[in-house]
Amino acid sequence: MAAFEPVLLANVGKPDSYTLSAYEASGGYQGLRKVLQTMSPDQVKDLVKSSGLRGRGGAGFPTGLKWTFLPANHPGPIYFCLNADESEPGTFNNRILMESDPHQVLEGLIISCFATKASTAYFYMRYEFPTAWDRVNAAIADCYRAGYLGSNILGSGFSLNVYTHRGAAAYICGEETGLIESLEGKRAWPRIKPPFPAVEGVFRKPTVVNNVETAACVTQIATRGVEWFKSMGVPPDPKIPRDAGSYGPKLYCLSGHVNRPGCYEAPLGLTVRELIDTYGGGVPQGRKVKAVIPGGISMGLLTAEELDCPLDFNGPGRYGCLGLGTAAVVVMDETVSMVDFLHNSCQFFAHESCGQCTPCREGTSWSLGLMKRIMAGQGRLKDLDLLLEIGDTIGIIPGTTICGLADGAAWPIKNAIRKFRGEFEEYIRRTNPAGWMKTDPVPAMKLVELH
Amino acid sequence: MATVIVDGNEIEIGDQARLNGIQVARLAGVEIPHYCWHPGLSVVASCRMCLVETGRRDPKTGQIQMTGKLSPACQTPATDGTVFVTNSPNVKNAREMVEEDLLLRHPVDCPICDKAGECSLQDYHFQHGRAERRADIKPFTSRRQVLGDSVTLFVDRCVMCTRCVRFCREIVGTGELMIANRGAHEEIAVFPGFPLENPLAGNVVDLCPVGALGDVDFLYSQRAWFMDSNSHVCAGCSTGCSIRVDENQDRIYRLKPRENPHINQWWMCDEGRYGWKHVHDPARIAFPRRQDGASRQDVDWSQLPAELDRALRKAGRLAAVLSPFLTVEEAYLLAQYVRGIDPQALLVLGPTPVTGEDVTFPHGFRIHAEKCPNRRGVMQVVAGVAGEVISWEDLLAQHLSTGDIRGVWVTAGNPSPWIDDTVAAQFEGLQTLVVQDLFESGLTARANYVLPAAAWVEREGSFVNFADRLQSFRWAIRAPAGVKVEGPLWWQLTGRQGLYQARQVLDDVARAIVYFSAACGPVPEQGIDLKINQLAGVGQT
Repeated sequence: MAAFEPVLLANVGKPDSYTLSAYEASGGYQGLRKVLQTMSPDQVKDLVKSSGLRGRGGAGFPTGLKWTFLPANHPGPIYFCLNADESEPGTFNNRILMESDPHQVLEGLIISCFATKASTAYFYMRYEFPTAWDRVNAAIADCYRAGYLGSNILGSGFSLNVYTHRGAAAYICGEETGLIESLEGKRAWPRIKPPFPAVEGVFRKPTVVNNVETAACVTQIATRGVEWFKSMGVPPDPKIPRDAGSYGPKLYCLSGHVNRPGCYEAPLGLTVRELIDTYGGGVPQGRKVKAVIPGGISMGLLTAEELDCPLDFNGPGRYGCLGLGTAAVVVMDETVSMVDFLHNSCQFFAHESCGQCTPCREGTSWSLGLMKRIMAGQGRLKDLDLLLEIGDTIGIIPGTTICGLADGAAWPIKNAIRKFRGEFEEYIRRTNPAGWMKTDPVPAMKLVELH
Repeated sequence: MATVIVDGNEIEIGDQARLNGIQVARLAGVEIPHYCWHPGLSVVASCRMCLVETGRRDPKTGQIQMTGKLSPACQTPATDGTVFVTNSPNVKNAREMVEEDLLLRHPVDCPICDKAGECSLQDYHFQHGRAERRADIKPFTSRRQVLGDSVTLFVDRCVMCTRCVRFCREIVGTGELMIANRGAHEEIAVFPGFPLENPLAGNVVDLCPVGALGDVDFLYSQRAWFMDSNSHVCAGCSTGCSIRVDENQDRIYRLKPRENPHINQWWMCDEGRYGWKHVHDPARIAFPRRQDGASRQDVDWSQLPAELDRALRKAGRLAAVLSPFLTVEEAYLLAQYVRGIDPQALLVLGPTPVTGEDVTFPHGFRIHAEKCPNRRGVMQVVAGVAGEVISWEDLLAQHLSTGDIRGVWVTAGNPSPWIDDTVAAQFEGLQTLVVQDLFESGLTARANYVLPAAAWVEREGSFVNFADRLQSFRWAIRAPAGVKVEGPLWWQLTGRQGLYQARQVLDDVARAIVYFSAACGPVPEQGIDLKINQLAGVGQT
């Protein structure tokens, strides 16, 4: 562990790390040269497939497998979208990569496009990243000048154009089909699947959508090889059918009540405790951890007793969380009220629900309404059951919505109430001494105005 | 044949049938509730009301493997071996959830809602909803937003099915409607300065499964359950859309399109939809009268047919102007009648009103410039009976001036003025001029007999549209007291016994005129294509 050298973050913090000259000086674009000169697209696909790389955007879908879903011998065009709409609360690794090492991302993007035979790539960036926006655009311009982009890249005959697109500040644009709709100039309402983007994506053509960190991993796999990538991480769990394992380095975003918040690179499988203690320097002022968000707010919560949860793609799931997500770890110490936390979470998802599917649109706003009432001292114990019922019924896992936003809204509710129920009950009893026990139907609504 | 299993029952569908879960369940007699899905629009699967459990039967082992989660039936294609379960506890819970969700902020103002009685939200909540309201979220007060001249939006009643938005984008191609805001705050809206004013705008009210979109013309005028719905055909243009006439006590309240895949699918244009106002116009000619110079005398219907008959026989040489607003049966009876008196009587196709040019929408719906329902049918009757079709222009230019013609029967029925005074003056000097029309004109002023015409919804018979499709209909409302509908009048004049039977006349037409021979059998709801026999006829000759 101690011998681990950051690779994805190797250039971060060096002077002018975002420039082409600095990147080339540190060995940049050698992987791309190797790929273009010695490999066929299918060989690159196989390389990434054999590395076991799983998408870093949140769902952890095997990247190589995703590429193979593209129709064979398609006349084209095939599109590639780089998902840089990083908006999961607590997550900032994509921003750091784009701000400090955009060429690493672009190199992975070019290799990925070569592998998938895409000649057009869209770089979809979140609106709120002005520095990253400038640096990525400058890096792309440099790439065109240096011959890494444009037609006949490095004399290989492969051509690629990259277009940057700035989002309009909505969480749902990070959902891959929401991103595609937004890119097409429409409202970012996620599409129904099937067809999946690999079959019908941007402008109804086969499309691959990958995350920024995934692209950076592709660069490193091409440069350093599969052996290096597979030398770290967690092998597949034999008890889980078709488990792809969790190989390679991961960028962990550590924030909240820790002494040294930041983005840290470590092999997958690091435990939450190691991350907090070794990298984050523990909790300030000697306070204790109360709860930890393992991978962005939509993944749910771990309690203080669950800090040995390994941060690989299967780990958080074993502790009742949704998954690893973006590996954005947010630490809450004992001063944090879980009621506050859940209110905040509900507010976020009610605000960001795109409003397409009824259960998510109404479920998120209803849960916010319930939390507001609890916060205002009007809560009842039965509200907790209602919240749990909402949490249990919305999302793609029960099948009631189109995309996973509702699952992300559901998990904080389920985890917070199931794991911290005592605190919620105590809060409700304390703040609503006269009404906490009431279970009768809510009074009829006020008179409706005439038109 | 593909076999689909719905709630344990096997349903056979054609291999080429592209049906979804909702459609296949309907074949099995199971209604899957839905809001956002509509057969004429793209699938968005967003309301989640049609959630069912799905699975697949292995063709070899017969084993059924369920997916283990809910899927929208609208988005699930029915192929060989697809299994749909629509009545499991999971499905019922999901429906309860969606119904509860949709009523969270809905005002439940059914007593003052036009949609009450024909509202999916009401019906589904009654059938699938919870008995108790658990939410204490105060609904919005009922806000109203004007979308255009003909459509108004009750914002808080909306369930965000987006049918109206998709209709404007996919069928009309104008895309005035959009969704504003996000999450629970979203609402249907128009872009500022671009109101909903396309020629098909009224359809969004039909599409709305709840009371959110209101038809300004119909608003608060009648409760849905007081109206009778009668099948008819629109007379606004030669498209001949299949429609429903919603009436109460012989008063029309609204017209609605009736599904017909051969003509209008699910739509109709606003021109047709609101084109019934002339039916209840107080200026309509209400009673038959005899005129001689300045003297006008109302005549009783009991004496009039015999008197007309005498006058026409006395005139000798006759001409009849057959309006393109007549039904096929009426045109045939009148032709028979005048030819019975004068075997050489001129049969003239009345003037065809044409306004502008045909308008075709992206999805294929077309509004025709020819603003009458039955030019083709009447023309074919005239051609079939007389062998030649004399146009209105020819009548004016050649036949009237010779002085041969002594008696003319002009039929009209246009909803708006159609003849100017100079043309009408050409009809002076006839021995007998019978004019049968809805409204007074220069022609009625010169007539010897003025007869009130029936409006198209009061007629019974058949129209032939631009594409040779013949549709038959019964009257939708009764004609006002002083009006004797053309069909029954000529039935009587041609000496037929008993009550007017349009079907019997159509049988005669089908036997007598080759063009109509396809109509010899029963005419289905969606009409019958007369071209089939034309092609056969070509083959024979």
